[in-house]
Amino acid sequence: MATPDTHTSSTTKDLIVYVCLLALAGIQFFIAYQNITASQMFVRMLTVAIVEAGLALLFFMHLADNRGLRWFVLLFTVLVILGMQYGWTDAFRLTDGVPWAK
Amino acid sequence: MSQADLSIHGQVSRTGATEIMTAPTFSVPAKKMAMWLFIIADSATFAGCLVAYGFIRNATPDWPRPFHSITNVALMTFILLSSSLTMLIGVQSAQKGDKAGAFRWTMITAVLGILFAILHIREWMGMFAEGANLFHNPWGTPLFGASFFSVTGLHLTHVLGGVVALIAVAIRYQGGRYNADDLEITGLYWHFVDLVWMFVVPLVYLLNLAH
Repeated sequence: MATPDTHTSSTTKDLIVYVCLLALAGIQFFIAYQNITASQMFVRMLTVAIVEAGLALLFFMHLADNRGLRWFVLLFTVLVILGMQYGWTDAFRLTDGVPWAK
Repeated sequence: MSQADLSIHGQVSRTGATEIMTAPTFSVPAKKMAMWLFIIADSATFAGCLVAYGFIRNATPDWPRPFHSITNVALMTFILLSSSLTMLIGVQSAQKGDKAGAFRWTMITAVLGILFAILHIREWMGMFAEGANLFHNPWGTPLFGASFFSVTGLHLTHVLGGVVALIAVAIRYQGGRYNADDLEITGLYWHFVDLVWMFVVPLVYLLNLAH
């Protein structure tokens, strides 16, 4: 069982991460009102979301404490999600590359 | 095999047979590992839905931007992020042996989850009133309604399932049937639901904000 000191520092760390997550969510809302293209907005928001997810995974879900599990989760999740990206070229082809496209 | 070897490699069961003892994978208890495997699988489900949504949005030239205010979604985000913090405090209380505190903070997390669901359903009702549903969209392509309600509906289902799980585990923890580990495992699921929302908000709401 952890000592009271460990718990106090853990609570402080969790509070800091919570404030960071709120700030990052705020940045996403700020980006939404910027006068930029949809693709620029998408890239910036996704970058912030990935940072948020990383913080939540490492500190709220305690992956920072377990190196083996961290790599296991990261490798499987990232590979599966990357594998899903194969269809994007077709999404662009539908809007730009077919005879009836604008 | 000597008794000393058995203490390292195995143990003698009640029937006298030697059972091979293996260390848990990544030093994580089996129940927690099962939750991590579920989370990995579920993240693939959500990723599939979000990628499909992105594909449809990208391939539809007249995609609508119907959201005029971010107040509701900002409030929902704040509530869900705060519920993750209360869940952490609940788990820490359980690990300290503070049973009453753990029960209280877990129930606060569940209440925040219910509040999130109420705000979500209220938002849906507003959209239904404007004529948007799974098959119809007054602002243009019906694919918007289909993808919006599918993605947010899947997330809402997870939130509601999480609320039920939190209440059930908290009650059983207070009754002594579950321990701090069980509460922590349920917390993992709750943080995952929060994590998914971090991707749903920008992709489904903020990119569809009317300027």
